[in-house]
Amino acid sequence: MRVTFVLPGPLHPLAGGREEVTVDAPAARVADALAALWTVHPALRDRVMTEEGRLRPHVNVFVGRDSVRYTGGLDTPLRDGAEVAILPAISGG
Amino acid sequence: MVDVQHISPRAGDVVLMVGTTKGAFLFRAAATRGRWERGGPHFPGHAVHAMAYDGRAGRRRVWAAPESSHWGSLMRSSDDFGRSWSDGGEATVRFPEDTEKSLQRIWAIAGRDDDPQRMYCGVEPAALFESRDAGTTWSLVRGLFDHPHRPRWEPGGGGLCLHTVLPHPTDPMRIHVAISSAGVYRTEDGGATWRTANRGVRAEFLPDKHPEFGQCVHKVVRHRERPSVMFLQNHWGLYRSDDEGESWSDVAHDVPSDFGFAMAIHPHDPETVYIVPLESDEFRCTPEGRLRVYRTRDGARSWEPLTRGLPQKDAFETVLRDALCTDRQPRAGVYFGTRSGKVFGSTDGGNRWRQLAEGLPPVLCVRAAVVGSGRKARR
Repeated sequence: MRVTFVLPGPLHPLAGGREEVTVDAPAARVADALAALWTVHPALRDRVMTEEGRLRPHVNVFVGRDSVRYTGGLDTPLRDGAEVAILPAISGG
Repeated sequence: MVDVQHISPRAGDVVLMVGTTKGAFLFRAAATRGRWERGGPHFPGHAVHAMAYDGRAGRRRVWAAPESSHWGSLMRSSDDFGRSWSDGGEATVRFPEDTEKSLQRIWAIAGRDDDPQRMYCGVEPAALFESRDAGTTWSLVRGLFDHPHRPRWEPGGGGLCLHTVLPHPTDPMRIHVAISSAGVYRTEDGGATWRTANRGVRAEFLPDKHPEFGQCVHKVVRHRERPSVMFLQNHWGLYRSDDEGESWSDVAHDVPSDFGFAMAIHPHDPETVYIVPLESDEFRCTPEGRLRVYRTRDGARSWEPLTRGLPQKDAFETVLRDALCTDRQPRAGVYFGTRSGKVFGSTDGGNRWRQLAEGLPPVLCVRAAVVGSGRKARR
């Protein structure tokens, strides 16, 4: 299945300058699509995930308009053609 | 877009590396240190808690550890004083999966004088990483991470951080580290095993005031030419050790407070140490609104306030643990930065001070280096 990631500005340099990256994911969960994204652009992984395999606390992932924090986390199911946005949370000082 | 200025130091110049809550700034001056140019901000919006200069083996390398609240912490280096930085992608300092830990912050970057390829970094959660290729790759020092005390280490106000790394200047097997709040640990076998070095250091905040570990050590220094003597600024308490940390004696004479964070040692005189006392662990500001650096020139038998050129009224300042340092010029420079964004410097060992910068974001760390020729450079 095909999944398109929409990346925020600070991550564009780690994805060859791209704002959007489409991957072929072997399975139908957010975790699988992210794993496919890391294969194409490995530098993105450490910026989005912790070493323990969790989303960084101030990084949000949306499938369509829904944050995966409320839809099953990394196990959130995806449909073919899904758009997944990675966005920095409103935080900091 | 942030407008970044650049400096172009030449051999013999002095470079100040200033990490702030909003990025890093590099300052350059000729050897006389009369006029300073400012470069930066580098990594705008990132907190830079640790910086270092690697002038070994002909390098002219600036290290910085920018931390984004969104995207995490990274080790970055520049061989051209910030015009370009090493890759900001995959993390080189990372906990192995089996540790079930994630890097929160890089607190300290240090190199060995006796091995130009060997480096260390101290991180939060408290752990030590080692590099044997001048910082290209890093690995967790398992001997310390697996220490049986670890589950009982408690975080200090700044988190559970390993903030100080003191490699022995000539013996590659011996390293001291300081952790808040676990205390000082030392290894004599290159990191395989570690034991405490806290005897005599108070833990004012615990029922047992002299535990084996659990002290909230804020900074430890020693002189490269006399490594057996160490000085320690504690969360309450100033200490000296004459046996490489085996035991410590209280040396808080003639100071307005024995609470503080920062401590630095003179580059040429192992008896001369600088501190910035702060009032209480609640207020954490300079006592009486007077910004005073205290100096001992007799190995901490006595301390004297240094005030010439420093504000002595309405100066409720805080100097953090890594925001005080010296350079290695023949007439030693001493520098510090404040949480109010000021940087002060002295070119005569602290007798007279001058404000070098103001209006910066809160200063987290200050490091100084004398730039080498750059010959024999290799990466």
